[in-house]
Amino acid sequence: MPTTRIGGRAIDVNDEGFLTAYNQWDEDLAPVLAGYAGVEELTDEHWKVLKFLRADYPAREETATLRRVAKTGGFDMKELFRLFPGKPAKKMAYIAGLPKPKGCV
Amino acid sequence: MRRLVILGGGTAGTMVANKLRAQYTPGELEITVVDRDDNHHYQPGYLFLPVGIYSDDKIVRSRHHFIPDGVELVLGEIDRVDAPRKVVHLEDGRELYYDTLVIATGVEPRPDLTPGADSPDVHHFYDLPHASALTEAFKEFRGGRLVVHLTDMPIKCPVAPLEFTFLADAYFRERKSRKKVEIVYVTPLDGAFTKPIASRELGTMFEKRDIGLEADFAVERIDTEAKELISFDDRHVPYDLLVSIPLNVGPEYVARSGLGDDMNLVPCDQHTMRSLEHPDIFVLGDGGTLQTSKAGSVAHFSVDVFMENWPYYLAGEPLPHSFDGHANCFIETGHGRGMLLDFNYGTQPFTGGFPLPLVGPMTLLGESRANHLAKLAFRFVYWDFLLRGRPLPFTTDMHLLGKNVEGEASGTSNKDLLLSPFKRKPAKPATKSRKSSRPRPAPHPDPQRSRPPSSASRTKTPTPAQPVPDYVAAKGVDSTADAADILPDPIIPKF
Repeated sequence: MPTTRIGGRAIDVNDEGFLTAYNQWDEDLAPVLAGYAGVEELTDEHWKVLKFLRADYPAREETATLRRVAKTGGFDMKELFRLFPGKPAKKMAYIAGLPKPKGCV
Repeated sequence: MRRLVILGGGTAGTMVANKLRAQYTPGELEITVVDRDDNHHYQPGYLFLPVGIYSDDKIVRSRHHFIPDGVELVLGEIDRVDAPRKVVHLEDGRELYYDTLVIATGVEPRPDLTPGADSPDVHHFYDLPHASALTEAFKEFRGGRLVVHLTDMPIKCPVAPLEFTFLADAYFRERKSRKKVEIVYVTPLDGAFTKPIASRELGTMFEKRDIGLEADFAVERIDTEAKELISFDDRHVPYDLLVSIPLNVGPEYVARSGLGDDMNLVPCDQHTMRSLEHPDIFVLGDGGTLQTSKAGSVAHFSVDVFMENWPYYLAGEPLPHSFDGHANCFIETGHGRGMLLDFNYGTQPFTGGFPLPLVGPMTLLGESRANHLAKLAFRFVYWDFLLRGRPLPFTTDMHLLGKNVEGEASGTSNKDLLLSPFKRKPAKPATKSRKSSRPRPAPHPDPQRSRPPSSASRTKTPTPAQPVPDYVAAKGVDSTADAADILPDPIIPKF
Protein backbone atom coordinates (compact mmCIF):
# COMPACT_ATOMS: atom_id res chain seq x y z
CA MET A 1 0.00 0.00 0.00
CA PRO A 2 1.45 3.39 -0.95
CA THR A 3 2.33 6.16 1.46
CA THR A 4 2.07 9.71 0.18
CA ARG A 5 2.71 13.18 1.48
CA ILE A 6 -0.52 15.11 2.08
CA GLY A 7 -0.48 18.50 3.77
CA GLY A 8 3.19 17.93 4.66
CA ARG A 9 2.43 14.68 6.53
CA ALA A 10 3.12 11.02 5.68
CA ILE A 11 -0.26 9.38 5.03
CA ASP A 12 -1.10 5.78 4.03
CA VAL A 13 -3.50 5.49 1.12
CA ASN A 14 -4.83 2.73 -1.13
CA ASP A 15 -4.10 2.42 -4.85
CA GLU A 16 -6.91 4.83 -5.62
CA GLY A 17 -5.80 7.47 -3.11
CA PHE A 18 -8.29 6.93 -0.26
CA LEU A 19 -6.85 7.05 3.26
CA THR A 20 -6.49 3.62 4.85
CA ALA A 21 -5.88 4.47 8.54
CA TYR A 22 -8.74 6.04 10.49
CA ASN A 23 -6.38 7.66 13.01
CA GLN A 24 -4.16 9.42 10.44
CA TRP A 25 -6.91 11.87 9.49
CA ASP A 26 -7.52 15.06 11.40
CA GLU A 27 -9.33 18.34 10.93
CA ASP A 28 -6.25 20.02 9.43
CA LEU A 29 -6.05 17.39 6.69
CA ALA A 30 -9.68 17.79 5.60
CA PRO A 31 -9.28 21.14 3.75
CA VAL A 32 -6.33 19.70 1.78
CA LEU A 33 -8.35 16.62 0.78
CA ALA A 34 -11.34 18.86 -0.01
CA GLY A 35 -9.13 20.82 -2.41
CA TYR A 36 -8.14 17.59 -4.22
CA ALA A 37 -11.82 16.63 -4.44
CA GLY A 38 -12.73 19.97 -5.99
CA VAL A 39 -14.55 21.31 -2.93
CA GLU A 40 -13.19 24.85 -2.59
CA GLU A 41 -14.24 25.72 0.95
CA LEU A 42 -15.43 23.65 3.90
CA THR A 43 -18.35 25.50 5.49
CA ASP A 44 -20.12 24.65 8.75
CA GLU A 45 -22.61 22.62 6.68
CA HIS A 46 -19.76 20.56 5.21
CA TRP A 47 -18.28 20.00 8.66
CA LYS A 48 -21.56 18.72 10.10
CA VAL A 49 -21.63 16.01 7.45
CA LEU A 50 -17.93 15.14 7.84
CA LYS A 51 -18.26 14.88 11.61
CA PHE A 52 -21.28 12.61 11.26
CA LEU A 53 -19.31 10.33 8.92
CA ARG A 54 -16.30 10.25 11.27
CA ALA A 55 -18.46 9.50 14.34
CA ASP A 56 -20.49 6.85 12.53
CA TYR A 57 -17.55 4.88 11.12
CA PRO A 58 -15.75 3.17 14.06
CA ALA A 59 -18.61 1.00 15.37
CA ARG A 60 -19.74 -0.11 11.92
CA GLU A 61 -16.34 -0.17 10.20
CA GLU A 62 -18.12 0.92 7.07
CA THR A 63 -18.56 4.34 5.53
CA ALA A 64 -22.17 5.48 5.76
CA THR A 65 -24.00 5.38 2.44
CA LEU A 66 -25.73 8.53 1.19
CA ARG A 67 -29.00 6.97 2.30
CA ARG A 68 -27.69 6.47 5.82
CA VAL A 69 -26.25 10.00 5.99
CA ALA A 70 -29.65 11.38 5.00
CA LYS A 71 -31.80 9.05 7.11
CA THR A 72 -29.76 8.56 10.28
CA GLY A 73 -27.73 11.77 10.12
CA GLY A 74 -30.84 13.81 9.36
CA PHE A 75 -29.38 15.60 6.32
CA ASP A 76 -31.35 16.60 3.24
CA MET A 77 -30.29 14.54 0.23
CA LYS A 78 -30.45 17.47 -2.20
CA GLU A 79 -28.34 19.50 0.22
CA LEU A 80 -25.67 16.77 0.18
CA PHE A 81 -25.53 17.02 -3.61
CA ARG A 82 -25.18 20.80 -3.35
CA LEU A 83 -22.36 20.56 -0.78
CA PHE A 84 -20.43 17.79 -2.56
CA PRO A 85 -21.46 18.20 -6.20
CA GLY A 86 -21.45 15.34 -8.70
CA LYS A 87 -20.20 12.47 -6.57
CA PRO A 88 -21.26 13.23 -2.99
CA ALA A 89 -20.74 9.73 -1.55
CA LYS A 90 -17.22 9.46 -2.93
CA LYS A 91 -16.22 13.04 -2.10
CA MET A 92 -17.57 12.93 1.47
CA ALA A 93 -15.79 9.66 2.19
CA TYR A 94 -12.50 10.94 0.73
CA ILE A 95 -12.53 14.24 2.59
CA ALA A 96 -13.44 12.47 5.86
CA GLY A 97 -10.49 10.07 5.38
CA LEU A 98 -12.72 6.99 5.13
CA PRO A 99 -12.96 4.15 2.55
CA LYS A 100 -15.13 4.80 -0.45
CA PRO A 101 -18.57 3.14 -0.39
CA LYS A 102 -18.25 -0.45 -1.54
CA GLY A 103 -19.28 -2.14 -4.72
CA CYS A 104 -18.47 -5.73 -5.47
CA VAL A 105 -16.28 -5.80 -8.60
CA MET B 1 -31.66 -30.38 26.22
CA ARG B 2 -30.80 -27.21 24.38
CA ARG B 3 -33.32 -25.44 22.18
CA LEU B 4 -32.20 -23.86 18.90
CA VAL B 5 -34.60 -21.80 16.83
CA ILE B 6 -33.60 -20.94 13.27
CA LEU B 7 -35.57 -18.09 11.70
CA GLY B 8 -35.64 -18.63 7.94
CA GLY B 9 -35.47 -21.90 6.00
CA GLY B 10 -33.48 -20.54 3.06
CA THR B 11 -29.91 -21.31 2.07
CA ALA B 12 -28.21 -20.54 5.39
CA GLY B 13 -30.99 -21.77 7.70
CA THR B 14 -31.41 -25.08 5.90
CA MET B 15 -27.66 -25.72 5.84
CA VAL B 16 -27.31 -25.08 9.57
CA ALA B 17 -30.27 -27.32 10.39
CA ASN B 18 -28.76 -30.16 8.36
CA LYS B 19 -25.26 -29.81 9.74
CA LEU B 20 -26.33 -29.61 13.39
CA ARG B 21 -28.85 -32.43 13.05
CA ALA B 22 -26.08 -34.65 11.66
CA GLN B 23 -23.99 -33.99 14.79
CA TYR B 24 -26.55 -34.03 17.59
CA THR B 25 -29.53 -36.21 18.37
CA PRO B 26 -32.93 -34.55 18.90
CA GLY B 27 -32.55 -35.48 22.58
CA GLU B 28 -29.39 -33.36 22.78
CA LEU B 29 -30.45 -30.45 20.64
CA GLU B 30 -33.99 -29.51 19.71
CA ILE B 31 -34.00 -27.70 16.36
CA THR B 32 -36.93 -25.66 15.05
CA VAL B 33 -36.92 -23.86 11.71
CA VAL B 34 -39.46 -21.07 11.14
CA ASP B 35 -40.49 -19.79 7.73
CA ARG B 36 -43.56 -18.17 6.27
CA ASP B 37 -44.15 -20.80 3.59
CA ASP B 38 -43.01 -24.18 2.31
CA ASN B 39 -41.41 -22.92 -0.92
CA HIS B 40 -37.63 -22.99 -1.16
CA HIS B 41 -36.50 -20.88 -4.12
CA TYR B 42 -33.22 -21.33 -5.95
CA GLN B 43 -32.68 -17.57 -6.06
CA PRO B 44 -29.76 -17.53 -8.57
CA GLY B 45 -32.28 -18.95 -11.04
CA TYR B 46 -34.46 -15.80 -11.17
CA LEU B 47 -31.88 -14.11 -13.34
CA PHE B 48 -32.16 -16.77 -16.01
CA LEU B 49 -35.93 -16.62 -16.43
CA PRO B 50 -36.32 -13.42 -18.48
CA VAL B 51 -33.56 -14.39 -20.92
CA GLY B 52 -35.09 -17.82 -21.44
CA ILE B 53 -32.32 -20.00 -19.98
CA TYR B 54 -34.54 -21.50 -17.24
CA SER B 55 -38.22 -22.12 -16.71
CA ASP B 56 -39.75 -21.55 -13.27
CA ASP B 57 -40.27 -25.25 -12.47
CA LYS B 58 -36.50 -25.50 -11.98
CA ILE B 59 -36.51 -22.84 -9.30
CA VAL B 60 -38.98 -23.83 -6.54
CA ARG B 61 -39.02 -26.94 -4.35
CA SER B 62 -40.60 -27.80 -1.00
CA ARG B 63 -38.67 -26.64 2.06
CA HIS B 64 -39.73 -29.84 3.86
CA HIS B 65 -37.77 -31.81 1.31
CA PHE B 66 -34.50 -30.28 2.54
CA ILE B 67 -35.21 -30.06 6.26
CA PRO B 68 -33.90 -33.27 7.86
CA ASP B 69 -35.92 -35.67 10.01
CA GLY B 70 -35.93 -34.62 13.63
CA VAL B 71 -36.10 -30.91 12.82
CA GLU B 72 -39.46 -29.21 13.21
CA LEU B 73 -40.49 -26.84 10.42
CA VAL B 74 -42.93 -24.24 11.73
CA LEU B 75 -44.80 -22.27 9.10
CA GLY B 76 -45.93 -18.80 10.18
CA GLU B 77 -45.14 -15.08 10.08
CA ILE B 78 -42.73 -13.83 12.71
CA ASP B 79 -44.14 -11.00 14.80
CA ARG B 80 -41.04 -10.22 16.84
CA VAL B 81 -38.14 -11.55 18.84
CA ASP B 82 -38.00 -10.73 22.54
CA ALA B 83 -34.24 -11.09 22.93
CA PRO B 84 -34.01 -10.45 26.70
CA ARG B 85 -36.62 -13.18 27.37
CA LYS B 86 -35.35 -15.41 24.56
CA VAL B 87 -38.68 -15.99 22.90
CA VAL B 88 -39.93 -15.63 19.33
CA HIS B 89 -43.54 -14.47 18.94
CA LEU B 90 -45.36 -15.54 15.79
CA GLU B 91 -48.23 -13.47 14.42
CA ASP B 92 -50.74 -16.23 15.18
CA GLY B 93 -49.81 -16.02 18.87
CA ARG B 94 -47.50 -19.03 19.03
CA GLU B 95 -44.38 -18.56 21.16
CA LEU B 96 -41.09 -20.35 20.60
CA TYR B 97 -38.62 -20.29 23.48
CA TYR B 98 -34.96 -20.70 22.60
CA ASP B 99 -31.55 -21.00 24.17
CA THR B 100 -29.85 -20.06 20.90
CA LEU B 101 -31.37 -18.14 18.01
CA VAL B 102 -30.10 -18.13 14.43
CA ILE B 103 -31.46 -15.28 12.33
CA ALA B 104 -31.34 -16.43 8.71
CA THR B 105 -34.23 -14.49 7.22
CA GLY B 106 -32.00 -12.52 4.86
CA VAL B 107 -33.12 -9.38 3.07
CA GLU B 108 -36.06 -8.71 0.78
CA PRO B 109 -36.56 -6.42 -2.22
CA ARG B 110 -38.64 -3.38 -1.19
CA PRO B 111 -39.71 -1.34 -4.23
CA ASP B 112 -42.24 0.44 -2.00
CA LEU B 113 -39.37 2.39 -0.40
CA THR B 114 -38.63 4.37 -3.58
CA PRO B 115 -41.46 6.58 -4.90
CA GLY B 116 -42.79 5.13 -8.15
CA ALA B 117 -40.78 1.91 -7.98
CA ASP B 118 -43.70 -0.30 -6.92
CA SER B 119 -45.60 0.39 -10.14
CA PRO B 120 -46.36 -2.73 -12.24
CA ASP B 121 -44.45 -1.11 -15.13
CA VAL B 122 -41.22 -1.11 -13.13
CA HIS B 123 -39.56 -4.50 -13.32
CA HIS B 124 -36.99 -6.43 -11.33
CA PHE B 125 -35.90 -10.05 -11.02
CA TYR B 126 -35.43 -10.40 -7.26
CA ASP B 127 -38.47 -12.59 -6.67
CA LEU B 128 -40.34 -15.11 -8.79
CA PRO B 129 -43.48 -13.05 -9.64
CA HIS B 130 -41.36 -10.09 -10.81
CA ALA B 131 -38.92 -12.29 -12.73
CA SER B 132 -41.91 -13.94 -14.46
CA ALA B 133 -43.48 -10.55 -15.30
CA LEU B 134 -40.15 -9.39 -16.70
CA THR B 135 -39.97 -12.55 -18.82
CA GLU B 136 -43.24 -11.51 -20.48
CA ALA B 137 -42.11 -7.89 -20.87
CA PHE B 138 -38.92 -9.07 -22.58
CA LYS B 139 -40.87 -11.23 -25.03
CA GLU B 140 -43.03 -8.25 -25.98
CA PHE B 141 -40.24 -5.67 -26.14
CA ARG B 142 -39.79 -4.68 -29.77
CA GLY B 143 -37.09 -2.05 -29.31
CA GLY B 144 -36.29 1.19 -27.52
CA ARG B 145 -34.36 2.10 -24.43
CA LEU B 146 -33.77 -0.65 -21.85
CA VAL B 147 -32.54 0.81 -18.56
CA VAL B 148 -31.07 -1.49 -15.88
CA HIS B 149 -30.99 0.44 -12.62
CA LEU B 150 -29.54 -0.34 -9.21
CA THR B 151 -31.25 1.63 -6.41
CA ASP B 152 -28.68 1.29 -3.63
CA MET B 153 -26.21 -1.06 -2.01
CA PRO B 154 -26.17 -3.48 -0.34
CA ILE B 155 -28.23 -5.89 -2.42
CA LYS B 156 -28.37 -9.66 -2.64
CA CYS B 157 -25.84 -10.90 -5.18
CA PRO B 158 -24.32 -7.50 -5.99
CA VAL B 159 -23.14 -8.61 -9.44
CA ALA B 160 -26.60 -9.74 -10.58
CA PRO B 161 -27.55 -6.37 -12.16
CA LEU B 162 -24.34 -6.39 -14.22
CA GLU B 163 -24.87 -10.02 -15.12
CA PHE B 164 -28.44 -9.28 -16.16
CA THR B 165 -27.21 -6.43 -18.38
CA PHE B 166 -24.77 -8.75 -20.18
CA LEU B 167 -27.42 -11.44 -20.60
CA ALA B 168 -29.92 -8.88 -21.96
CA ASP B 169 -27.32 -7.72 -24.49
CA ALA B 170 -26.75 -11.33 -25.59
CA TYR B 171 -30.51 -12.05 -25.63
CA PHE B 172 -31.24 -9.23 -28.09
CA ARG B 173 -28.15 -10.00 -30.20
CA GLU B 174 -29.25 -13.61 -30.55
CA ARG B 175 -32.67 -12.39 -31.69
CA LYS B 176 -31.02 -10.02 -34.19
CA SER B 177 -32.80 -7.08 -32.58
CA ARG B 178 -29.91 -5.54 -30.65
CA LYS B 179 -29.68 -2.58 -33.07
CA LYS B 180 -33.19 -1.58 -32.08
CA VAL B 181 -32.40 -1.77 -28.36
CA GLU B 182 -30.37 0.84 -26.51
CA ILE B 183 -29.08 -0.49 -23.18
CA VAL B 184 -28.13 1.84 -20.31
CA TYR B 185 -26.83 0.78 -16.90
CA VAL B 186 -27.58 3.20 -14.03
CA THR B 187 -25.73 2.82 -10.72
CA PRO B 188 -25.34 4.80 -7.47
CA LEU B 189 -21.67 3.74 -7.37
CA ASP B 190 -18.94 5.60 -9.24
CA GLY B 191 -18.79 3.05 -12.04
CA ALA B 192 -19.99 -0.36 -13.18
CA PHE B 193 -16.78 -1.83 -11.76
CA THR B 194 -15.56 -0.19 -8.58
CA LYS B 195 -12.49 -2.21 -7.61
CA PRO B 196 -9.24 -1.18 -9.33
CA ILE B 197 -8.23 -4.48 -10.96
CA ALA B 198 -11.76 -5.47 -11.99
CA SER B 199 -12.25 -2.01 -13.41
CA ARG B 200 -9.01 -2.28 -15.41
CA GLU B 201 -9.77 -5.79 -16.70
CA LEU B 202 -13.48 -5.37 -17.30
CA GLY B 203 -13.84 -1.65 -17.91
CA THR B 204 -14.09 -2.20 -21.66
CA MET B 205 -16.87 -4.78 -21.40
CA PHE B 206 -19.49 -2.05 -21.62
CA GLU B 207 -17.89 -0.33 -24.62
CA LYS B 208 -17.44 -3.61 -26.47
CA ARG B 209 -21.12 -4.40 -25.99
CA ASP B 210 -22.29 -0.85 -26.64
CA ILE B 211 -23.86 -0.49 -23.19
CA GLY B 212 -24.26 3.05 -21.86
CA LEU B 213 -23.34 3.97 -18.28
CA GLU B 214 -24.90 6.51 -15.92
CA ALA B 215 -22.86 6.48 -12.66
CA ASP B 216 -23.25 8.24 -9.29
CA PHE B 217 -27.00 8.22 -9.74
CA ALA B 218 -28.89 8.47 -6.44
CA VAL B 219 -32.51 7.95 -7.40
CA GLU B 220 -35.13 10.20 -5.80
CA ARG B 221 -38.17 8.84 -7.63
CA ILE B 222 -39.39 7.08 -10.73
CA ASP B 223 -41.90 9.01 -12.85
CA THR B 224 -43.84 6.22 -14.55
CA GLU B 225 -45.97 8.73 -16.52
CA ALA B 226 -43.01 10.46 -18.15
CA LYS B 227 -41.05 7.16 -18.05
CA GLU B 228 -38.02 8.67 -16.37
CA LEU B 229 -35.70 7.95 -13.47
CA ILE B 230 -35.05 11.19 -11.57
CA SER B 231 -32.05 11.65 -9.25
CA PHE B 232 -31.62 13.91 -6.22
CA ASP B 233 -29.39 16.18 -8.30
CA ASP B 234 -32.17 16.40 -10.89
CA ARG B 235 -30.73 14.21 -13.61
CA HIS B 236 -33.39 12.54 -15.76
CA VAL B 237 -32.85 9.14 -17.39
CA PRO B 238 -35.65 8.23 -19.82
CA TYR B 239 -36.60 4.60 -20.45
CA ASP B 240 -38.95 2.45 -22.49
CA LEU B 241 -38.41 -0.70 -20.44
CA LEU B 242 -37.12 -0.30 -16.88
CA VAL B 243 -35.50 -2.95 -14.71
CA SER B 244 -34.93 -1.30 -11.33
CA ILE B 245 -33.35 -3.39 -8.57
CA PRO B 246 -35.16 -2.24 -5.41
CA LEU B 247 -33.65 -1.39 -2.08
CA ASN B 248 -32.93 -4.62 -0.18
CA VAL B 249 -33.70 -4.45 3.52
CA GLY B 250 -34.12 -6.93 6.35
CA PRO B 251 -37.61 -8.02 7.38
CA GLU B 252 -39.82 -5.73 9.46
CA TYR B 253 -39.87 -8.09 12.45
CA VAL B 254 -36.17 -7.26 12.93
CA ALA B 255 -37.07 -3.58 13.30
CA ARG B 256 -40.04 -4.38 15.59
CA SER B 257 -37.70 -6.41 17.77
CA GLY B 258 -35.19 -3.56 18.05
CA LEU B 259 -32.48 -5.78 16.59
CA GLY B 260 -31.71 -3.96 13.33
CA ASP B 261 -29.90 -0.95 11.93
CA ASP B 262 -31.49 1.55 9.53
CA MET B 263 -31.69 -1.15 6.83
CA ASN B 264 -33.12 -3.73 9.31
CA LEU B 265 -29.81 -5.60 9.21
CA VAL B 266 -28.70 -7.17 12.50
CA PRO B 267 -25.28 -5.81 13.56
CA CYS B 268 -22.98 -8.81 13.94
CA ASP B 269 -19.31 -9.64 14.44
CA GLN B 270 -17.47 -9.69 11.09
CA HIS B 271 -15.70 -12.96 11.91
CA THR B 272 -18.09 -15.00 14.07
CA MET B 273 -21.51 -13.75 12.85
CA ARG B 274 -22.53 -13.38 16.50
CA SER B 275 -24.92 -10.54 17.31
CA LEU B 276 -22.98 -7.62 18.81
CA GLU B 277 -25.74 -7.11 21.36
CA HIS B 278 -27.01 -10.58 22.24
CA PRO B 279 -24.43 -13.39 22.62
CA ASP B 280 -27.04 -16.12 22.06
CA ILE B 281 -28.09 -14.75 18.68
CA PHE B 282 -26.16 -15.49 15.49
CA VAL B 283 -26.91 -14.00 12.06
CA LEU B 284 -26.22 -16.23 9.07
CA GLY B 285 -26.86 -15.51 5.42
CA ASP B 286 -27.79 -12.06 4.12
CA GLY B 287 -29.50 -10.60 7.19
CA GLY B 288 -26.44 -9.35 9.07
CA THR B 289 -23.86 -6.63 8.60
CA LEU B 290 -20.91 -8.64 7.20
CA GLN B 291 -18.90 -6.32 4.96
CA THR B 292 -18.84 -8.77 2.08
CA SER B 293 -21.27 -9.74 -0.65
CA LYS B 294 -24.75 -10.90 0.26
CA ALA B 295 -24.47 -14.18 -1.60
CA GLY B 296 -25.01 -17.91 -1.27
CA SER B 297 -21.27 -18.54 -1.28
CA VAL B 298 -20.87 -16.28 1.75
CA ALA B 299 -23.77 -18.07 3.50
CA HIS B 300 -22.04 -21.38 2.81
CA PHE B 301 -18.54 -20.34 3.95
CA SER B 302 -19.81 -18.51 7.03
CA VAL B 303 -21.99 -21.46 8.08
CA ASP B 304 -18.82 -23.62 8.01
CA VAL B 305 -17.14 -21.22 10.43
CA PHE B 306 -20.26 -21.12 12.61
CA MET B 307 -20.18 -24.94 12.82
CA GLU B 308 -16.50 -24.94 13.82
CA ASN B 309 -17.22 -22.42 16.56
CA TRP B 310 -20.35 -24.16 17.85
CA PRO B 311 -18.63 -26.49 20.38
CA TYR B 312 -16.73 -23.53 21.84
CA TYR B 313 -19.94 -21.53 22.03
CA LEU B 314 -21.63 -24.37 23.93
CA ALA B 315 -18.70 -24.54 26.32
CA GLY B 316 -19.02 -20.79 26.92
CA GLU B 317 -15.53 -20.14 25.55
CA PRO B 318 -14.31 -17.46 23.13
CA LEU B 319 -14.99 -18.41 19.51
CA PRO B 320 -11.60 -19.25 17.92
CA HIS B 321 -12.55 -19.68 14.27
CA SER B 322 -12.78 -16.59 12.14
CA PHE B 323 -14.67 -15.95 8.90
CA ASP B 324 -12.57 -14.03 6.36
CA GLY B 325 -15.40 -12.63 4.22
CA HIS B 326 -14.76 -15.17 1.48
CA ALA B 327 -17.13 -14.81 -1.47
CA ASN B 328 -17.03 -16.52 -4.80
CA CYS B 329 -19.37 -15.67 -7.61
CA PHE B 330 -20.01 -16.81 -11.13
CA ILE B 331 -21.06 -14.04 -13.51
CA GLU B 332 -22.77 -14.91 -16.74
CA THR B 333 -21.59 -12.69 -19.55
CA GLY B 334 -23.83 -14.05 -22.32
CA HIS B 335 -23.31 -16.28 -25.35
CA GLY B 336 -22.51 -19.31 -23.19
CA ARG B 337 -19.61 -17.68 -21.38
CA GLY B 338 -19.07 -16.68 -17.80
CA MET B 339 -16.61 -15.18 -15.32
CA LEU B 340 -15.56 -16.18 -11.84
CA LEU B 341 -14.74 -13.84 -8.97
CA ASP B 342 -13.09 -14.89 -5.72
CA PHE B 343 -12.36 -12.39 -2.94
CA ASN B 344 -12.62 -11.66 0.79
CA TYR B 345 -12.48 -8.76 3.27
CA GLY B 346 -8.83 -7.99 2.55
CA THR B 347 -8.39 -8.76 -1.13
CA GLN B 348 -10.14 -7.55 -4.23
CA PRO B 349 -10.93 -9.93 -7.12
CA PHE B 350 -7.70 -10.80 -8.99
CA THR B 351 -7.04 -12.32 -12.39
CA GLY B 352 -5.62 -15.84 -12.66
CA GLY B 353 -6.96 -19.37 -12.34
CA PHE B 354 -9.11 -21.05 -9.72
CA PRO B 355 -7.92 -24.60 -9.14
CA LEU B 356 -11.07 -26.60 -8.53
CA PRO B 357 -10.59 -30.32 -8.04
CA LEU B 358 -12.46 -32.50 -10.57
CA VAL B 359 -13.68 -29.50 -12.55
CA GLY B 360 -10.24 -28.12 -13.41
CA PRO B 361 -8.95 -24.58 -13.60
CA MET B 362 -11.52 -21.84 -13.92
CA THR B 363 -10.59 -18.43 -15.26
CA LEU B 364 -10.70 -15.68 -12.69
CA LEU B 365 -11.88 -12.25 -13.76
CA GLY B 366 -11.97 -13.28 -17.42
CA GLU B 367 -14.62 -14.88 -19.62
CA SER B 368 -14.70 -18.59 -20.42
CA ARG B 369 -17.15 -21.32 -21.36
CA ALA B 370 -16.03 -23.48 -18.40
CA ASN B 371 -17.21 -20.77 -16.03
CA HIS B 372 -20.63 -20.70 -17.70
CA LEU B 373 -21.01 -24.49 -17.51
CA ALA B 374 -19.99 -24.44 -13.86
CA LYS B 375 -22.69 -21.90 -13.13
CA LEU B 376 -25.35 -24.03 -14.80
CA ALA B 377 -24.11 -27.12 -12.95
CA PHE B 378 -24.27 -25.30 -9.65
CA ARG B 379 -28.06 -25.63 -9.49
CA PHE B 380 -27.65 -29.38 -8.99
CA VAL B 381 -24.88 -28.86 -6.47
CA TYR B 382 -27.15 -26.47 -4.57
CA TRP B 383 -30.12 -28.84 -4.22
CA ASP B 384 -28.20 -32.05 -3.74
CA PHE B 385 -25.11 -31.08 -1.78
CA LEU B 386 -25.08 -27.57 -0.37
CA LEU B 387 -28.48 -27.44 1.35
CA ARG B 388 -28.07 -30.93 2.74
CA GLY B 389 -24.78 -29.95 4.33
CA ARG B 390 -22.68 -32.35 2.27
CA PRO B 391 -19.06 -31.32 1.75
CA LEU B 392 -18.14 -29.39 -1.40
CA PRO B 393 -14.73 -29.19 -3.03
CA PHE B 394 -14.32 -25.51 -2.13
CA THR B 395 -12.58 -24.18 0.94
CA THR B 396 -14.01 -21.84 3.49
CA ASP B 397 -10.96 -19.60 3.75
CA MET B 398 -10.00 -17.77 0.60
CA HIS B 399 -6.52 -18.53 -0.72
CA LEU B 400 -4.29 -16.86 -3.27
CA LEU B 401 -3.02 -19.98 -5.08
CA GLY B 402 -3.37 -19.46 -8.82
CA LYS B 403 -4.19 -15.79 -8.46
CA ASN B 404 -2.10 -13.00 -9.96
CA VAL B 405 -1.71 -10.99 -6.80
CA GLU B 406 -1.06 -7.30 -7.27
CA GLY B 407 -1.67 -4.01 -5.56
CA GLU B 408 -3.29 -3.96 -2.18
CA ALA B 409 -3.10 -7.62 -1.23
CA SER B 410 0.65 -8.06 -1.63
CA GLY B 411 2.78 -7.37 1.38
CA THR B 412 -0.14 -7.46 3.78
CA SER B 413 -1.01 -10.21 6.20
CA ASN B 414 -2.32 -12.46 3.48
CA LYS B 415 0.75 -14.69 3.20
CA ASP B 416 -1.04 -17.55 4.87
CA LEU B 417 -3.61 -17.43 2.12
CA LEU B 418 -0.97 -18.84 -0.20
CA LEU B 419 -1.26 -22.15 1.62
CA SER B 420 -2.76 -25.01 -0.25
CA PRO B 421 -6.42 -24.27 -0.84
CA PHE B 422 -7.48 -27.72 0.21
CA LYS B 423 -5.91 -27.82 3.61
CA ARG B 424 -7.88 -26.05 6.25
CA LYS B 425 -5.75 -24.88 9.14
CA PRO B 426 -7.62 -24.80 12.42
CA ALA B 427 -7.03 -21.76 14.57
CA LYS B 428 -6.21 -24.01 17.52
CA PRO B 429 -4.24 -27.22 17.08
CA ALA B 430 -6.61 -29.47 19.01
CA THR B 431 -10.34 -29.42 18.46
CA LYS B 432 -12.62 -30.16 21.35
CA SER B 433 -13.69 -33.69 21.95
CA ARG B 434 -17.28 -34.45 21.15
CA LYS B 435 -17.96 -35.32 24.73
CA SER B 436 -17.12 -31.89 26.07
CA SER B 437 -19.15 -30.24 23.36
CA ARG B 438 -22.47 -31.90 24.13
CA PRO B 439 -25.14 -29.27 24.52
CA ARG B 440 -25.98 -28.42 28.08
CA PRO B 441 -29.19 -26.88 29.28
CA ALA B 442 -28.71 -23.15 29.25
CA PRO B 443 -29.85 -20.92 32.07
CA HIS B 444 -33.19 -19.67 30.96
CA PRO B 445 -35.96 -17.54 32.36
CA ASP B 446 -38.79 -19.78 33.52
CA PRO B 447 -41.37 -19.62 30.73
CA GLN B 448 -44.31 -19.85 33.10
CA ARG B 449 -43.18 -17.05 35.34
CA SER B 450 -41.57 -14.80 32.79
CA ARG B 451 -44.05 -15.07 29.96
CA PRO B 452 -45.42 -11.61 29.41
CA PRO B 453 -49.08 -11.13 28.62
CA SER B 454 -49.31 -11.62 24.89
CA SER B 455 -51.26 -8.45 24.11
CA ALA B 456 -48.88 -6.26 26.06
CA SER B 457 -45.84 -7.73 24.36
CA ARG B 458 -47.30 -7.14 20.90
CA THR B 459 -47.83 -3.44 21.40
CA LYS B 460 -44.28 -2.77 22.53
CA THR B 461 -42.76 0.02 20.47
CA PRO B 462 -39.66 -0.88 18.49
CA THR B 463 -36.37 -0.03 20.14
CA PRO B 464 -34.50 2.53 18.05
CA ALA B 465 -31.37 1.38 16.25
CA GLN B 466 -28.04 2.01 17.97
CA PRO B 467 -27.45 5.77 18.20
CA VAL B 468 -24.41 7.31 16.49
CA PRO B 469 -21.85 8.39 19.10
CA ASP B 470 -20.70 12.01 19.35
CA TYR B 471 -17.85 13.20 17.18
CA VAL B 472 -14.55 13.57 19.00
CA ALA B 473 -11.72 15.56 17.39
CA ALA B 474 -8.29 13.93 17.57
CA LYS B 475 -4.84 14.83 16.27
CA GLY B 476 -3.83 12.69 13.29
CA VAL B 477 -1.02 10.15 13.66
CA ASP B 478 1.60 10.04 10.89
CA SER B 479 2.28 6.92 8.85
CA THR B 480 5.14 4.76 10.13
CA ALA B 481 6.33 4.01 6.59
CA ASP B 482 10.01 4.38 5.79
CA ALA B 483 10.78 7.94 4.67
CA ALA B 484 12.41 6.57 1.49
CA ASP B 485 9.15 4.85 0.51
CA ILE B 486 6.97 7.94 0.75
CA LEU B 487 5.74 9.13 -2.64
CA PRO B 488 6.33 12.86 -3.08
CA ASP B 489 3.02 13.47 -4.83
CA PRO B 490 -0.42 12.58 -3.55
CA ILE B 491 -2.59 10.02 -5.35
CA ILE B 492 -5.82 11.79 -6.14
CA PRO B 493 -8.91 9.67 -6.92
CA LYS B 494 -10.86 10.45 -10.07
CA PHE B 495 -13.84 12.58 -9.14
